[in-house]
Parts: sequence; structure tokens; C-alpha cells
Amino acid sequence: MTARGTFPHRLLPYLLLAPQLAITLVFFYWPAAQALYQSLLREDPFGLKSRFVGLANFRRVLSEPSYLNSLEVTVIFSVATAVSAMAIALLLATMADKIVKGRGLYRTLMIWPYAVAPAIAGMLWLFLFNPTMGTFAYMLRSTGYNWDPLLNGNQAMVLIIAAAAWKQISYNFLFFVAGLQSIPRTLIEAAAIDGAGETKRFWTIVFPLLAPITFFLLVINTTYAFFDTFGIIHAVTGGGPGKATETLVYKVYNDGFVNLQLGSSAAQSVILMIIVIALTAVQFRYVEKRVHYG
Amino acid sequence: MSLRTTTAALSAGFLIFSAVPSLAVTDISWWHAMTGANNEVVETLSKEFNESQSEYKVTPVFKGTYPETLNAGIAAFRANQTPHIIQVFDVGTGVMMAAEGAVKPVAEILSMGGGEFDKSKYLPGIVAYYSKPDGTMLSFPYNSSSPILYYNKDIFEKAGLDAANPPKTWPEVFDAARKIKESGAAACGYTSTWLTWIGLENFSAWNNLQYATNENGLASTDIELTFNTEPFVRHFQNIADLAKEEVFRYGGRTSEAKQLFLSGECGILTESSGGLGDVVKSGINYGIGQLPYYPDLEGAPQNTIPGGASLWVFAGHDDAEYEGVSAFFQFLSQPEIQQRLHQASGYLPVTMEAYEATKASGFYEKNPGRETPITQMMGKEPTANSKGIRIVNMPQVRDIENEEFEKMLAGEQTAQQALDNAVERGNVAIQQALGN
Repeated sequence: MTARGTFPHRLLPYLLLAPQLAITLVFFYWPAAQALYQSLLREDPFGLKSRFVGLANFRRVLSEPSYLNSLEVTVIFSVATAVSAMAIALLLATMADKIVKGRGLYRTLMIWPYAVAPAIAGMLWLFLFNPTMGTFAYMLRSTGYNWDPLLNGNQAMVLIIAAAAWKQISYNFLFFVAGLQSIPRTLIEAAAIDGAGETKRFWTIVFPLLAPITFFLLVINTTYAFFDTFGIIHAVTGGGPGKATETLVYKVYNDGFVNLQLGSSAAQSVILMIIVIALTAVQFRYVEKRVHYG
Repeated sequence: MSLRTTTAALSAGFLIFSAVPSLAVTDISWWHAMTGANNEVVETLSKEFNESQSEYKVTPVFKGTYPETLNAGIAAFRANQTPHIIQVFDVGTGVMMAAEGAVKPVAEILSMGGGEFDKSKYLPGIVAYYSKPDGTMLSFPYNSSSPILYYNKDIFEKAGLDAANPPKTWPEVFDAARKIKESGAAACGYTSTWLTWIGLENFSAWNNLQYATNENGLASTDIELTFNTEPFVRHFQNIADLAKEEVFRYGGRTSEAKQLFLSGECGILTESSGGLGDVVKSGINYGIGQLPYYPDLEGAPQNTIPGGASLWVFAGHDDAEYEGVSAFFQFLSQPEIQQRLHQASGYLPVTMEAYEATKASGFYEKNPGRETPITQMMGKEPTANSKGIRIVNMPQVRDIENEEFEKMLAGEQTAQQALDNAVERGNVAIQQALGN
């Protein structure tokens, strides 16, 4: 069983692939190769003096305590964001599945936040919770709670996790709703007749049947938390206070574009690339095996 | 011909330039980082310059924040697509100076096209900051500011303080701040923008203390930070203590704290003189005082060092274009323009003539406190500690300082620990940036 012969001309498949290949080459392989090259050099910001240093940039980056700190920050941030965004979305989706009246309106409203750009989402949360001007920050402080994410690293972390998760809930909600709709009613009804309560029905029937979608969302949400949240962190905390919210991606930006250390920044992005490749490989190799595709 | 052109330009705006192609207008691009009211000034100045003559046309392009503009310039240089003029903030000065061959000294530019460059026409404190060790002025000081003290007169009266006399020394400021909080006149006594620029860099110059070796980097790029000495530690421990008592409120790393003052939450603020526009606009009953100092320190108050930004010229353009840049800088140096800029924005005048003219016009009598940022900077002959601070990776060093301050204000470490850490980490970063 081969696909050979389905195309009338031998060149046609390559021609059809060409646009996608061109895009990948220009937007991925080219910059990635540049980063790899840059990571072996040490040069001044203007590129006037440049020197080959081998793996010195990598050695320096990996021995920096602040790099290990940002690795830790990234893990905490990504896990918390992915888990809370998915858990809340699942809860809302099962709720939405039950209501009869106004279901469409409810779903539409739930999907809206996804259309908000990360930087804007960050600004919204900043305006609400920034201690110098935020409405909610003012209310929190007036209850006597010492709300100060500008100095308290844990509070800053909670703030960016909330903003990042809030934005992603809509997307997850959409998929969970679709997943719930595809579960045959008969299965659930049969379980109900057998005397299974609502909670039991959810954990033994609904949740396992949602596994493929949950797995898909886990991949998407992890990637999101890793890469698409830069705008939120940039707008809300700028990596501070101290280095409490400096994720790996934010550190690449900060070292490269604020501190102008291109070699170190490039080395970090190469490491990041390796981490992502490894993470994806692990997810597809091991986690996927446990997923039941029904 | 020239009269007709001018009249037409005035009535038809920039349409005239497309109407007279034979004149072959030379385009000059100007990348800047000015927003709001300051952006309007940029637009107006360019328009006025373009209308005042017909040979050159300056096109201002907004490139984002200060660091973003600097990055855009660096990227443009690497791609051989540089603008003629780029506005670089004070901390970027060291970065630009280290890029010899990428920039053309402004002293050279100003003497092109029949112009003449007379250094004595410009304010010495500002010229010194933007010059090489040998005295060559490298960039054109466009917007210079100096940190001052703002206070809310209504809050002062409510707290039973003398609203006509702002506190002059740091102990007085801390006392007043505590009184404001204790009396309930405001939720917070004192806040400050830019803890690095005001609390460390200007603090060292104003109190005549060493910030780093080799004249704070002006004599050589290979330096060691030294700001973990007693007066610095004492000052920051005072602030940390006030933060603990909730008398001092932290706003953020740059100018966010201004908001705390404008909203009436804090009674006293140390901020750039360039922030005056917003303070005036907010309509609060404010007063201005000079930057506080410690009276027991020898030589204090000395002089402050300028902040703000300057205009740099990229190398590699034609002489004809440089003549245009020169004409534009000469235009900006005119006393009337400088006077207007100074009076409207709170930024300092760049030339002596503009300063003298503003003085003679009685502006300072009518607006008490407005001369403070200038007298602070020019009051005394600068010492080795107060000429300025230059580090090749100043933005990174400030980042490190901010991180340590935040940990200190959160109560995680003492001022001594914060400053020791900042010095140690800063020195490592400087050596890395120097390529060692």
C-alpha cells in the first residue's frame, strides 16, 4: 500500500509541499541556524568585534545561578498555568453541558477571552491588580491584606498565572465542550441505571473518554505557557520582583535585548530549543501510550 | 524664490516638497522614543525645521521605549540600514560610546556645512556627560533632566508641616514622611521613581561619593563598583526601614511611582524634572525642592548628573546628509527653541544663552522651583565623583541593582546585603560585557 501513482506528475507533490517547506525554512531553520551560530560567538552589540568561543557561552549560562532559578520559575509557572487552565475549563464545560436554556449564549461568552492578545490580557490584569493604580488592588489593600506584587514574588507569580490561565480557559473550554458532545448519551444513561452517581459517572466514564482531548490540550497548554505568555509577563511583572517571574523565554529576551549579551542569549535559546524537542518527544512517546482513543 | 517657497510651505504644508522636485530635498531620518506631550514637541520641531528651509527634510519616526529604540538602532546598524539620527537614553550612552566606528561625533557634525561648534555655548555639566575623556562631544543633548523633590502642599498642611519650606536633607524628608503617615494626612509619606538613577547614581554625585573606580567609568571602561560603602548602606537601610513601617511605598523600577504621588497617596516624591508636565497636568497643589542630601557628608550637596536622552549620529552616510543633520542641530540650539522646550517640558535648556534668556524673562520668579534642576547641576565645579557615570552595560547593571533593591524592600535582605550583592553581581556582569 503506497501512495505512489496518485499524483499525475512526479514533481507535483514537491510543488504542493513547497510553500510549507519554504515557510519552515525561512521562519524556523534559518533563524535556528543563526541562533546556533551566534551561540558560539562572543561579540559586542553592534557586531564590530566578534570572536569564536566554542561552547563557553553554554558553560557560562549553565553555571549561572539565575539560569537555574529561571528554570524553576518556568516549571512552576507552566505546570500551574496548564493545570489550572485545563481544570477550570473542564469544570465549566461540564457545567455548560448540563444547562438547557441559553447554552449558546453562555458558550459564546466563554470563548471571548481567547480573542484577547496576550499583551492586552496582561495590561487588563495589571490595571486591575497593580498596587499603584489597580481597582482590585485597592480593594484588597483596604481589607487589610498586604497585596503588593511589586515586591512579593509569590503574589507576582499568582498574578501572571491567573492572567495566563484566564486567557487559555476559553480555548480549552471549546475543546472540552466538543469532547463532551461526542460522548454517547447511552453510555452515561446506562451507568445511571446501574446506580452510578454523578461523580462516579464523571470519573469512570466521561473523564477517560476525554483522555485524547485532555492529552492534546496538555501539549498545547504546555507550549502556550512556555512561549505565548511572554507578552503577559512583559506587561505585568517584567520578570520581577527580583527574578521571581523570570521564565526561560523572558530571560532570553532580557539578556539579549536589554542586556545586549547576544552570545549568552543565543545559547539560552538553543537550550530552550533542545528542551522543547525533548518535552514533545516525551509527551508523544510515553504519555500518548496511556491515552485511550476509543 | 526663497520667499515664495516659504510662503507656499506655510500655506500648503509639506505638499510643497513634492511640488518642487528640482530642489532635490535631502531626507534626514530621526528615530526617537518620545510619547505623549513630548512626542508632539518632536513633531512640531521637525515641522518647523522643514518649513524654515527647503534643502533638508527631517522625518521623525517613533520606535518605542528607550531600550526598544536603542535595539532598533543596533539592529539597523547590523543590517546597514541606519537612520541618520537616533535618540539614546542616558544609560545607553556607554553602549554607544563603546561602539567606535558606528557613530560620528556630534562635535564633528556641528562644524560641518559652514557651521561652527563652540563648546562653551552649551551647559558644561551636560556637555561633560556626553563627551569622551579627551573632551570631544559625541552626542547632542536633546532632553536633559535632573532629579528633584516634589511635595504635595495640601498633604503637608494637613500633617502640620511647613508647606512653604520643603525638607532639604534626607533626615528631614524621613521625618516629614513619618509625620504624614502618622497624622493620617496620606496613606504613604514618601515614594521615589528610579531608585537606581536617583538613589544610587545621583545620590553618589550629590553627596560627593564614589560609585565606581576610574572616575565612575569616565576615565576607563575597566571599573569596579564601589557603592556598598557606609553612606549608601545607611541611606538604603533608612528606606528599607520606612518600607517596613509602610511609610515608604515602592512603585516600580522606572517612573511608575509618579502615579502614587499624582493620586495623592504619597506626600513626597523624588522624580526627574522631566516629570513636571504630568505633575502640572494633574492639578494637584505641588511644590518643588532640590534633591535631598546628608548634611554630615563632606562636600554635600555637590552637583547632580543629567538624565534624559541625547541624539547620536550614525556613521556611514553622505556628507550632504551630515550637513543637513548639522543644520538641524544648529536649529535646535537656537535660544528661542531651547527656551520654549525648557519652559514647556521641565527638561533643561542645553545652551547657556537659552538659560540666561529664561532667567532674564522673569520665568523663574513666576515659577519658583523651576530653576532648581539647573542650579543643582551647575552649582559647583564637578569632582571625580560627580562628572557622571559610564558603564558599557549600564542597563544590565541597573537591572541587577533593581532586583537586589526589590528583595531588600520585601524584607528578604538588609541594605548591606543588597548593596554587597549588587556590587558583586554587577562587577561580574561588567567583566563579561568587556569580553573578559
